[in-house]
Amino acid sequence: MSKKSGFLYSSIGKKIIMGLTGLFLIAFLLVHCFVNSLIFLNDGGLTFNVGAAFMATNWLIRFGEIVLFAGLILHIVQALVLTLDNKKARPIGYDQVNGAANSKWYSRSMGLLGTLLLIFLIIHLAHFWLKSRFTGLPGEDANGNENLYKVMQTTFTQMWVVILYCLSMISLAYHLMHGFQSAFQTLGLNHKKYTPLIKKIGLILSILIPFIFALMPLAMHFGLIL
Amino acid sequence: MSHGNMNLTLKVWKQKNKNEKGRFETYMAKGISPDMSFLEMFDVVNEQLINEGKEPIAFDHDCREGICGMCSMYINGRPHGPKEGITTCQLHMRSFKDGDTIVVEPWRSAAFPVIKDLAVDRSSFDRIMASGGFVSVNTGNAKDANNILIPKDDADDAFNAAACIGCGACVAACKNSSAMLFVSAKVSQLALLPQGKIEAKARVLNMVKQMDEEGFGNCTNTGACEAECPKGISLENIARMNREYLSASLT
Ligand code: SF4
Ligand code: FES
Repeated sequence: MSKKSGFLYSSIGKKIIMGLTGLFLIAFLLVHCFVNSLIFLNDGGLTFNVGAAFMATNWLIRFGEIVLFAGLILHIVQALVLTLDNKKARPIGYDQVNGAANSKWYSRSMGLLGTLLLIFLIIHLAHFWLKSRFTGLPGEDANGNENLYKVMQTTFTQMWVVILYCLSMISLAYHLMHGFQSAFQTLGLNHKKYTPLIKKIGLILSILIPFIFALMPLAMHFGLIL
Repeated sequence: MSHGNMNLTLKVWKQKNKNEKGRFETYMAKGISPDMSFLEMFDVVNEQLINEGKEPIAFDHDCREGICGMCSMYINGRPHGPKEGITTCQLHMRSFKDGDTIVVEPWRSAAFPVIKDLAVDRSSFDRIMASGGFVSVNTGNAKDANNILIPKDDADDAFNAAACIGCGACVAACKNSSAMLFVSAKVSQLALLPQGKIEAKARVLNMVKQMDEEGFGNCTNTGACEAECPKGISLENIARMNREYLSASLT
């Protein structure tokens, strides 16, 4: 077999890329979640719009955005490569598989959860990112900032959007629940003292981030913030 | 052979050789004692088959006491059947109920081709070992014992890793057919000790390369291997190998 050799083509190298890009994407989620939480100030989106304007114009952030997309694409492509590889490693499957006996369902369903997240992401980008970066936003707020807050409000008047966002955040929660601690294991960071702590932090983040995100469409749809 | 009162239906994978496409065949196992081991139950069935002039079911076994790792059987969706921490030869029929239907399949992995029925070729493991799973020792007088001092923790971890019997249940259990648990156990048992440290870098690079070439899949940390390993090999070994591989690649 003439496989390409070297770190980046090895199974461990590919997994390390998955882990690193994954952690990078989680770091982005934290920032995203923090900035968006400004809507909960309930000031008609004035502070949030300042944050959004900063994110849209600051050149460092704009550059970071390119790195972010690169990381995301790498994560997706690498996942595809690994999945196809793994399919080849078992050409004839089992008739009976009792996966529940030895592992968590979401650890075995990262590809499915990831695909759901990708579909969500495309819709999500079309909802907000495309508009804010390319097609332009309708009007400005009282401070003269572009009114992304208004776009959120109109988008979340639709019930199906709210439901889609909430379901997708459930996918995100499970994806992170496995992904976060898995990344540390792949990077070789498994230690009797620290692994329980890493797992705990992972669990908290996996629930907290999607929960706060899901609160946004819910709060707006049901008029809890105006 | 003691006779018992269990009657079971077996759905067993039959395959003539590596190239033939296999299929399931149904057998009746009658008068099985709950005290028999799973392999003894197969002996009874095979004896019947031979008496009837039919072909017996081929399966691997050797020690029948859980130390050789030969008895590869994927039973009702799990390697070595429904119990934890044991091999198939240590599984007893009392773990089943009278009237049960039991599905028995071979390990399924591109790197473990079926030789016949339930017997698979695990020489891919041997080739991984040959690529680096050793220490080079110059011949000469034997050194005094305890000449090289080894911390107790390291000795214990190395010993626990060395408990791996090369059965392949980790590969069979893994949804990706990954051999990481096996390879990491072998890398660890040597890398943890001073005698093995000298060649540690080349060892991990070569063994991982061989593992990839044999066509095993990529680990996604589901932990199924650890849960199904009859010897309790820990996932910490996989992290250690990842660490070793990363630093060996970077330096
Ligand atoms: S690690 Fe466990 S399951 Fe894998 S070959 Fe060794 S003993 Fe068998
Ligand atoms: S026959 Fe040796 S471990 Fe089962």
